[in-house]
Amino acid sequence: MRVTVIDYKAGNLTSVLKTLRHLGAETVVTDDDLTLVESAERIVLPGVGHFAATERLDATGLTGAIRSGVARGVPFLGICVGMQWLYAGSSEAPQQPGLGHFSESCTRFAESQEKVPHVGWNSLEVRPVNGIASRLLAGVEPGEFVYFTHSYKGPVTADTAAVTHYIEPFAAAVERGNVMGVQFHPEKSGETGLKILRNFLAWQAKGTVC
Amino acid sequence: MLTKRIIACLDVHAGRVVKGVQFVDLVDAGDPATQAARHAKEGADEIVLLDITATHEGRQTLLDTVRRTARDLFVPFCVGGGIKSARDAEQVFEAGADKVSINSAALADPTLISAIGSSFGAQAVVVAIDARRDPKAADPVRGAQVYVHGGRRPVGRTVVEWAREAEQRGAGEILLTSMDSDGTRAGFDCELTAAVSEAVSIPVIASGGAGTVAHFVDVFTRGKADAALAASIFHFGVSTSRSLKEELAEVGVPVRLPC
Repeated sequence: MRVTVIDYKAGNLTSVLKTLRHLGAETVVTDDDLTLVESAERIVLPGVGHFAATERLDATGLTGAIRSGVARGVPFLGICVGMQWLYAGSSEAPQQPGLGHFSESCTRFAESQEKVPHVGWNSLEVRPVNGIASRLLAGVEPGEFVYFTHSYKGPVTADTAAVTHYIEPFAAAVERGNVMGVQFHPEKSGETGLKILRNFLAWQAKGTVC
Repeated sequence: MLTKRIIACLDVHAGRVVKGVQFVDLVDAGDPATQAARHAKEGADEIVLLDITATHEGRQTLLDTVRRTARDLFVPFCVGGGIKSARDAEQVFEAGADKVSINSAALADPTLISAIGSSFGAQAVVVAIDARRDPKAADPVRGAQVYVHGGRRPVGRTVVEWAREAEQRGAGEILLTSMDSDGTRAGFDCELTAAVSEAVSIPVIASGGAGTVAHFVDVFTRGKADAALAASIFHFGVSTSRSLKEELAEVGVPVRLPC
């Protein structure tokens, strides 16, 4: 199992790589070598940091290569800002477009008494996506906890695979076919996170998750 | 619901976990990688590894320790001690840390906070503050002073003001240690923790003084802490994060359970 992990110089890849390898995946890291994306079996787009950093994906041609990969049916997982990039954009960097796979945009948590960023372990409410059980979150029981650290989030829509509540309900996970995203950090979320990454590594275009 | 975090802290010297009273009479408490894995298994929400004797010669030992500790650890992992530059931080991240904790180096050069944050994200920068109440101030809590060198030397600024500046400069979290409470096992400084927590929007991790479950209840409610650090109460199998969290849950503190 080979996973192409995209490096766009936004944050630290070590934890994601280490966890994928722990689960038996072979990892390749790419920044601007598009052939590694064109031949990818699976793509992971990590991300901690600012949405503006995704500009590098456009500058290096990665956006187009990823778009083609996604269209070919390559399983794709975006983590944190990597998930937010799947939307049309984010109010964090209004001038920078996302992939637009999901038509909505990400926004900052509303002003309230609560602290922003949202940091720590919060629970998942897994729900069917477009009427189908989430494959990414298969086996995740109600109320299982995962680790978040973010100030912006995606809205709850028909593509939302899990909802988390903080200040307001938001999309903790999103899924449509081979395109998946998680707002939390599965590589830092203990056994629950490992289970979710295993589901991603086992994802097949046809049939069910093994 | 967002839960309150219990963070297990490992003090490390020359590649070994050590435990002492006020940094003297150090007792060997095991291998950091083994201890970190055990704490994670026993329900800790996060692990902090502090290189308490951080020396230049010891950097490679520390990086090796971080590498070994991170290998099979799948909860957030913060490393502190002796990080003086963005390059030092980068090496610690490459070894597998998710966050770095910086203290005196940030006071000496506050631009270090944004220098690390711009490459690794604000969530990766924890600014540690060693604090003492100022009994001479009109308000000893609001007037609490920042100390360096293990609490021996005041730097001449208040804790609340420095915490605010750290946040503005892009810190992701504040690790607040009360030097008055540290090592006493008589409870956290809840008034000071609340003063800092109310002054900033980023999470505040309370440290110093943990002795009983009631102390944690207190710091999460009255102290408005987002997380609490525990070191000595977990050593030598005295208690586990899981049992601590079960007791916290019973009195209504939101915690990650089962874990």
